[in-house]
Amino acid sequence: MSISVAKSTSTSAKTVRSAQELRRIVTSKIGWIACGIALLLVIGPLLDIVWVVAYNGFSAFRPSLFYSSTPPTGVGLWNAIEGTIVISLCAMLVAVPIGVGAGIYLSEYGNNRLGGTIRFLSDVLTGTPSIVLGYFSYIVLVGLLGWGLAAPAGAVTIAILIVPYLARITELALRQVPVAMREAGFALGATEPTVIFKIVMPGALSGVVTGALLALAISVGETAPLIYTAGFSAYPLDLSHPVHSFLTSQIGYLTYVIWSFIEQPDAQSHALAFAAALLVMLFVLAINIGVRLAVRRTKFV
Amino acid sequence: MKIRPFRLALLALSLLIPAALAAVVLFLLIYAGPALGFNGFGFISRITWNLGDLYSDPVTTRGVLVPPGASYGILVFVVGTLLSSGIAILIAVPLSVGAAIFLSEIVPPRVRPVLSMLVELVAVVPSVVFGLWGIAVLVPFIGNILGPALSDTLGFIPIFAGGNSGGGYGLLAAAVVLALMITPIIATTLLDALMQVPKENRESAFALGATHFEVVSKAMMPMVRTTLIGGIVLALGRALGETMAVLMVSGGGLNILPSSLFSPISTIASFIVSQLDSAEGDPTNMAVRSLAEIALVLFIITLITNAGAKLLTSGLPHVHLRSKKH
Repeated sequence: MSISVAKSTSTSAKTVRSAQELRRIVTSKIGWIACGIALLLVIGPLLDIVWVVAYNGFSAFRPSLFYSSTPPTGVGLWNAIEGTIVISLCAMLVAVPIGVGAGIYLSEYGNNRLGGTIRFLSDVLTGTPSIVLGYFSYIVLVGLLGWGLAAPAGAVTIAILIVPYLARITELALRQVPVAMREAGFALGATEPTVIFKIVMPGALSGVVTGALLALAISVGETAPLIYTAGFSAYPLDLSHPVHSFLTSQIGYLTYVIWSFIEQPDAQSHALAFAAALLVMLFVLAINIGVRLAVRRTKFV
Repeated sequence: MKIRPFRLALLALSLLIPAALAAVVLFLLIYAGPALGFNGFGFISRITWNLGDLYSDPVTTRGVLVPPGASYGILVFVVGTLLSSGIAILIAVPLSVGAAIFLSEIVPPRVRPVLSMLVELVAVVPSVVFGLWGIAVLVPFIGNILGPALSDTLGFIPIFAGGNSGGGYGLLAAAVVLALMITPIIATTLLDALMQVPKENRESAFALGATHFEVVSKAMMPMVRTTLIGGIVLALGRALGETMAVLMVSGGGLNILPSSLFSPISTIASFIVSQLDSAEGDPTNMAVRSLAEIALVLFIITLITNAGAKLLTSGLPHVHLRSKKH
């Protein structure tokens, strides 16, 4: 009697446990399926973005994009392509020396409270919305300093935006170089600049180049801080007075074309918006591949 | 003490970063000064943004010259910013957690770099391109399919009402675009952390008889919780300050608080871009000054968010180790 009771409890305990096991297994299966669906929901729209931009962009692709300007002056994107190149290159010219210099300081001499403070404020600047920087430039550069809506104000705004990125990535790259290499340089009697520029920088070059390329990608893709600093113009720079035109006239850029032309009612404007988006995407993609190649080339073990 | 010109030059370069930040805050503050006095604390709690009658002679109100009838209130934009970012987080967190877990555990190591590279690529896609996709694909989808479907089935709940009428522009479109933009931030942060969980912890959970999913959800996820929250807050900071993509799909709501997922909204950032043109028409400049005050509010909101993210992640390793031995 007592034996059979014990037996029945043990079997019932066993069935309870297997039901629990079943529940755990089913829960796990459902969990995995949910995770898989989540991945599909993340990847799907991303592929769709690439597809939509590539399909519409290539349909709108024609040689005139590269020699004709945006409507009403023409049927292409030349003014915007030129403007994007001018603004990005000027921003890089301003930002790279400052950003790399700051990165060197933070990595080589920044292990103190001052370095920590600069690092923290640099992160704050990185987190500042780009429109806030754009509004600052609109008030100070365009208004107060009287630069007007033109390439310099746009380029300096972008430079403020990318300097903190450059500084942090440069710092991280330089820190990868073993201290022993610096010590070896100093032991040979090298001065600080020699050690940094002849030993540390070459060793960290791929990292610094990565940072510069990413900064370039950011500057090509920005819109908000340029709208009220660079303005927009349907005319390319006046090449008979290039300096005057650069300093005083509003300038076009690709991201503005994407934003404003997609809201126009006609198909031609839409085609130009997608073509501009394709150019920007191709550029960003090329930079991304470039970064991967740069990173692969040199690595310290 | 020896003067080292080389070091000083580098220090001067690096001090330009704090100087730029200080200049941004200082000049916005100085420029917004008269607006700060005029708007008072009601700036945040008033609903109406009204430039006043720009063609009449300005009148002196509260000690400053403003167009008659001018009233600057930004509650609508603060609410629009917080709601769109909040909903974006609600959408993005489960998706990116699921995607990161699937990437780290199920996807074969050989395929993983391809998928994770695709996810990383999104981080550098310009926000106008997201906006473009939003206008071309998402807005028609919400306007024609998702909106009517949600309103027909769940329309008795106020937040799902009104999906049949709008063109798809509005709160939901803004939130979905933002969610897409921040998913890679959360997913890559979590993926990195999951890959760093020590093998021993996984194996001991397996040895206790846990299923693979239980190992992930009960043994690994608690270890990376802090990193995950840090990543979420970082993504929130990005979403709060996002301008162009939101501007393009949000419908530009003004002077009315959103009542449903399909209401048109404006965020603080998108409002600055869309309103500066009309604000320039104000001869007293008070509208442009009030926009500077808005920019300051946005700066403060993102500063608090990013500081929160920093506090959550700084000093902690990516993986929170429980045993004292490590």
